[in-house]
Amino acid sequence: MISLTFEAETWAHRLRAGPKLAVLAGSTVLLFSVSHWSGLLACLSVTLLLYGSCGAAFAAEGFRQLKGLGYVAAMLLLWHGVIGDLIGGVAISLRLVTALAAANFVTATTRLSDMIEVMRSCLGPLRSLGWKTGIFEMAVALAIRFVPVIRRDADMLAQAWKARSARSVGFQILIPLALITLDEADHVAEALRARGGAGV
Amino acid sequence: MERTIALVALFAALIGVLGVIPSFTLAFGVPISAQTLGVMLCGTVLGSRKGVLAVLLFLALVAIGLPLLAGGRGGPGVFVAPSAGFLIGWPMAAFVTGLIVERWAGRLVVVATVASVVGGIGVMYVFGIIGLGLTLNKTLAEAAILSVAFVPGDLVKAVIAGAVTASLARTRPDSVLSRT
Repeated sequence: MISLTFEAETWAHRLRAGPKLAVLAGSTVLLFSVSHWSGLLACLSVTLLLYGSCGAAFAAEGFRQLKGLGYVAAMLLLWHGVIGDLIGGVAISLRLVTALAAANFVTATTRLSDMIEVMRSCLGPLRSLGWKTGIFEMAVALAIRFVPVIRRDADMLAQAWKARSARSVGFQILIPLALITLDEADHVAEALRARGGAGV
Repeated sequence: MERTIALVALFAALIGVLGVIPSFTLAFGVPISAQTLGVMLCGTVLGSRKGVLAVLLFLALVAIGLPLLAGGRGGPGVFVAPSAGFLIGWPMAAFVTGLIVERWAGRLVVVATVASVVGGIGVMYVFGIIGLGLTLNKTLAEAAILSVAFVPGDLVKAVIAGAVTASLARTRPDSVLSRT
């Protein structure tokens, strides 16, 4: 299945995922404490430099991801222009774009397996308290595996609908889709039990 | 236990699928992502406890970077975007929706619809509006005005959630776990 990680390896891919996420969290908190537009512009410039340092193709993909935010920023500027506080609007837009760009940078340069590893180590304290975090990890793996399966089921239901009706596919396919999901869950549960259960 | 894991995992996957398949064209011809409909269904079908687990699992998948949110979005960035409050409100929304269906023994189609309105709209918008206010530096009143445009679509989704739940109960009574 597709993930949001950028395929070609850059220097940022080689950094460890845990510290990268910690720096992201810290800088996001810091970002929300900056209120003047000049400071925020500096933060954005640093973020853009990070994108630039990973090459043109990487930066282009990054901008594509942020395009949707452009409309939000435009609306914000318009609104603040109308109420006569354009500077405030510029500051909020800059902060928003910077926060999202920084987070997307980490997402694009961190492999899914590394992210899962970080999540695992975050659960460590719970494990030492006697929680069975293996169940959570199993659920994550199952959900990732079943997204394409359920998606295929949904596509097949939509095709069956289109073959029989001139009307466009509506919420009607949700009922069989929910039923298929429930049935599939029963099969999975049985398969888990047959393989020794969830270890509980 | 195995059944709970499987149900939670597969409904988390279902929320993801509802975000990536081409959006349904609902009444009034407005194309709307069915993702929050998935959150409502988690509550009405799975009940409060399993429902909230499924939604939390889905959010965990999004946080680690799977592009499962409508529009192919994912990664920690979605939790600082203007709509972050709505996402954070999802688990609570599913919980309240499920709780109402579990506790109120009325006609399922009515109960599930009302539960989806209270949980999937009421609760979710409380979180969403606060999040919108914080990220965009707006007062809560301004943030509420910005959110109102989405209420009609969500009302349609609540009605659909009610209808789907009732029809699941009709075709396969033991499939609606919030009532068993």
